[in-house]
Amino acid sequence: METISNETIKDWLDEVKDPEIPVLSLNDLGVITGITQEATGKVKVDMTPTFAGCPAIDYMKNEICEVLEKHGVEDYEVRVSFDTQWNSNMITERGRKALKDFGLAPPPKHNLIVDLDIIEHATCPQCGGTNTEMKTPFGPTLCRSIHYCNTCQEAFQQFKPL
Amino acid sequence: MNQDAVKDLLYKIADDQLIIGHRNSEWTGMGPILEEDIAFSSMAQDKVGHAQQFYTILNQMGEQDPDTVAFMRNADQFHCCQMVELPNGEYDFSLIRHFLFDHAEYLRFSALANCPMESVANLSKKIKSEIKYHVMHADTWIKQLGTATEEAKARMQNSLNELLPYALGIFEPSKHEDTLISEGFYPGEKAIEDQWWEAISKVIDKTELTLPARESISPVYGGRYGTHTEHLQPLVEEMSEVFRLDPTAEW
Repeated sequence: METISNETIKDWLDEVKDPEIPVLSLNDLGVITGITQEATGKVKVDMTPTFAGCPAIDYMKNEICEVLEKHGVEDYEVRVSFDTQWNSNMITERGRKALKDFGLAPPPKHNLIVDLDIIEHATCPQCGGTNTEMKTPFGPTLCRSIHYCNTCQEAFQQFKPL
Repeated sequence: MNQDAVKDLLYKIADDQLIIGHRNSEWTGMGPILEEDIAFSSMAQDKVGHAQQFYTILNQMGEQDPDTVAFMRNADQFHCCQMVELPNGEYDFSLIRHFLFDHAEYLRFSALANCPMESVANLSKKIKSEIKYHVMHADTWIKQLGTATEEAKARMQNSLNELLPYALGIFEPSKHEDTLISEGFYPGEKAIEDQWWEAISKVIDKTELTLPARESISPVYGGRYGTHTEHLQPLVEEMSEVFRLDPTAEW
């Protein structure tokens, strides 16, 4: 097989989406933490879950394997670890836009100190209103909280800052 | 690094998480309001996930695989504190337990985030950021109900009084305490307990609830050494019922 760059492999992974938010690729979610190739040509992909108990991680791992195989990679290893710990700042700008278009408020950027202030002040993805309140920090998936917008009077979800 | 000391520490952390996670999951479909049903279900999912990750590290240290460890032991082989195995009781009881337990967890993982074993430190950093949401949830309800109606305050106070002896049992010293401290792995249960008392005091002070004098509370010990209440064995049997039907099944 001819040489492939790590960038190319990364591009292939664009087609693997978060199964719970199908508009968001794993690249944009920031959970792919490393792509390397050994001298033998073995491709190693490192990934880390958004939440330690994320039930979708095995599914995502399998999807990565399928994409690699589809592109003819036979010798590979996809490793899930906490060597790099995911935080919500790792979601790319493209990912943040995809979340918003999907109707989920992107997580506010933070300096790695997440406190009530940051979590409570979500911007409504529907009308852009900032007069909102958090209803509960636990939503339909581990990574979402539930909010209410006083401007458009609609409930919405936010991808939690972590 | 003393492997036995580290394993003992990781087992008690993982077992606490698994058992409280199971108890939390018993609120699924039963919560007093939908948001709380979802909150306890989400926390259950987090806790069981955390337990699995610690069992995975134990597996890398030569212990059996996570499913076997979780589902094939009997109650007396668990290292959890007795508080986590108590039945859920009414909602006030579950909320107070959640409050007392998660403040301890937050401090435990904050300390372990700096431990010299990289896999444990990295995982603890991760978990710490998740537990923050659990603590936030608990604090909100303690403040809310601890300043609400007379019935609410009386219920919260009764549960607090009932659970504090068990909560001190979270910090039952292990026989490896000195080793873990001298090797810089962990500050020790006594140090965590002191920080914990300060943390819960700060929240209770914002309510009309009263924290009894710490010296007046007799800790309930035994869980870390395999002595449990009569509630753990039935829990373990229920939790592992399906797995034990066919331990070799691929799920």
